[in-house]
Amino acid sequence: MTNTIRISGSLRNRLMITLISGSAILGIILFFIVRGYATQIAQDGQDNILKASLSSILDAATIQDGLVEVDFPYASLSMLDTDLDDRVFYAIYQDGILLSGYKGLPAPSSLTGETRTFQTIKYKGTFARVANANRILVGERGRIEISVSVAQTQDDLSRTLNSISKNVAVFGAGFFILVAALSYLATSTTINPLMRLAASIKKRGPKDLSPFEKEIPSEMVPLVSSLNRLMGRLDLSLKQSEDFIAEAAHRVRTPLATVRSYADATLQRVSKSENREALRSMVRAIDEASRAASQLLDHAMITFRTDHLQKEYIDLIDLVQDLALRLSPIAEMKDVKILVNYKNPVEIHGDFILIQNAIRNLIDNALKYSPNEAIIKISVGSEPTPYLKIHDGGPGFPPDDIQNLTLRFTRGKNANGIIGSGLGLTIAKDVANAHNGRLEIFNHKKGGACAILSF
Amino acid sequence: MKYLLVEDNHELANAICSRIKFDGHVIDHADKLEDAIAYSNTGEYDLIFLDIMLPDGDGRSFLKHHRDQKKDTPIIVLTARSQVSDRISLLDLGADDYVTKPFDHAELQARCRAVLRRKAGTAQTILQFGDVAFNPLAGQLSIRDKMVNLRNRELRLFELLLNARGQIFSKQKLIDRLFSLDEDVSENAIEVYVGRLRKHLEDTSLKISTHRSLGYRLDDD
Repeated sequence: MTNTIRISGSLRNRLMITLISGSAILGIILFFIVRGYATQIAQDGQDNILKASLSSILDAATIQDGLVEVDFPYASLSMLDTDLDDRVFYAIYQDGILLSGYKGLPAPSSLTGETRTFQTIKYKGTFARVANANRILVGERGRIEISVSVAQTQDDLSRTLNSISKNVAVFGAGFFILVAALSYLATSTTINPLMRLAASIKKRGPKDLSPFEKEIPSEMVPLVSSLNRLMGRLDLSLKQSEDFIAEAAHRVRTPLATVRSYADATLQRVSKSENREALRSMVRAIDEASRAASQLLDHAMITFRTDHLQKEYIDLIDLVQDLALRLSPIAEMKDVKILVNYKNPVEIHGDFILIQNAIRNLIDNALKYSPNEAIIKISVGSEPTPYLKIHDGGPGFPPDDIQNLTLRFTRGKNANGIIGSGLGLTIAKDVANAHNGRLEIFNHKKGGACAILSF
Repeated sequence: MKYLLVEDNHELANAICSRIKFDGHVIDHADKLEDAIAYSNTGEYDLIFLDIMLPDGDGRSFLKHHRDQKKDTPIIVLTARSQVSDRISLLDLGADDYVTKPFDHAELQARCRAVLRRKAGTAQTILQFGDVAFNPLAGQLSIRDKMVNLRNRELRLFELLLNARGQIFSKQKLIDRLFSLDEDVSENAIEVYVGRLRKHLEDTSLKISTHRSLGYRLDDD
């Protein structure tokens, strides 16, 4: 059956992938947002210091005797000190002409008004943040524009940023793992009722078609209710076919029983030997037919059940004694004695109906082939494994075809005149195999047939 | 012995009834559940034969009704279903035994005897012939207060001859009654059983006489 099921993905995987990839995307977005804010804040901090530095330099600019003098304090630049010794550059321009400082720093772009600008440039092979500001000095000779650029490399800033990024990444990864675990958990709890439903249906015996009655989440109601309806229909149709078989058996067996009973009653009144012989043949044929029908039904049932064993703990001695009691009236008809021997209780785990059928067939055989006043010995034991041994007082198996007797519809050459279908030993062997046991048949050295059923 | 047969098929019922009557027993026949309950409420039966599929219901409900009323008349079910699970459920419902149709009359008789013997504790009818006492339900023979262990066939031969004392049974007739139809038995076998029974009955008031070319007869003095 399983090979016809077409599988398209898995609900569990689909749910997990959706949850995990969603959380991964969210994590990445969050990382960039946090990093952006951090960059902004760090940059603002640097810019503020640069601004302060600029202000202190510009404040130091004065006009002395018509000349511009900038005597800025040491602190103007030392305030920019960092742990990583970022380099600091400055340049002072008077009306666009470099008065002092490093060449190449960008001059203020605007010459109008007092403005401050910040930009990041590539300077001397590294990134640097540059702040510009202007100041107009009014002297005797007119207006002089002083502009100052202060630049600082960004080693410390990027280190801070990297460490923040790293921390955010570590936290992010941690959260991601947590979310992944949570989604696994969530998926499992969602899928579990489905798994439980599957397990409980799988566990059922082949005859259990009762509706599923345990509590289920509301989303599973449509599935379970259609399943219940399906099982209901199946149960009904099985019952109908069982009733049909019962009815069919009834229709066939009842007239057969009528014929047999009439033949039986007539035989008591008929004395002519050829009539008697005819009646006896009739009875024999009816017995053959009904025996074959029973055995075929049993064999079909056993073939079905060996695939769906309904195991339970069985007291083997109880079972054998019960069977011996059931069969004792037949044994008595031939004055045959059935002796059951055992020492200790023997328990096996198996399908009661199958094992009972197998043992019944073995005892049946022993009864059929035993002569009048014979003894059938049955011993039950548990060493080395649970076993049952039946030894009859009959002629034994024909030695030539002893190996073939367990094949379907095979009967021994000495079975002439004894009613049988050739299925008894097959049933016993099939039942043994289904329980990982074995059936051995052989002739006892003191005579009689022996069968050992071990589990 | 008085039997009740519950069977809806009249042909089969006639065949069974005539066979049972032939053995010298009384048998009533009910062909539906309702009648069966009426019969079993009014008559005293030693044993009931019950068919499962009846026109107005299931024979199993009769079984249940019977057991619920605490009646202990043994019931042997005549079933057309041979499957093991059916047989087990019948016994669980309180049937004493079952036979699967079509059945061997000898087997049915054997099962009746077994069931009656199991229930024999309650009603004890002992037939007394001088120093020979016979309990037909338990199938026990005692001579001068000593229990005699008879084999099954010896016992049945004894029953047969005892129930029709003074009547001559041919060897052929005895074979028909004592052996299953599918057994091939020679007339010598009967001689063996008669011989054994005679030995048990030595020096009692019961005698088995041989009538040349006719058969055997049991007489009590």
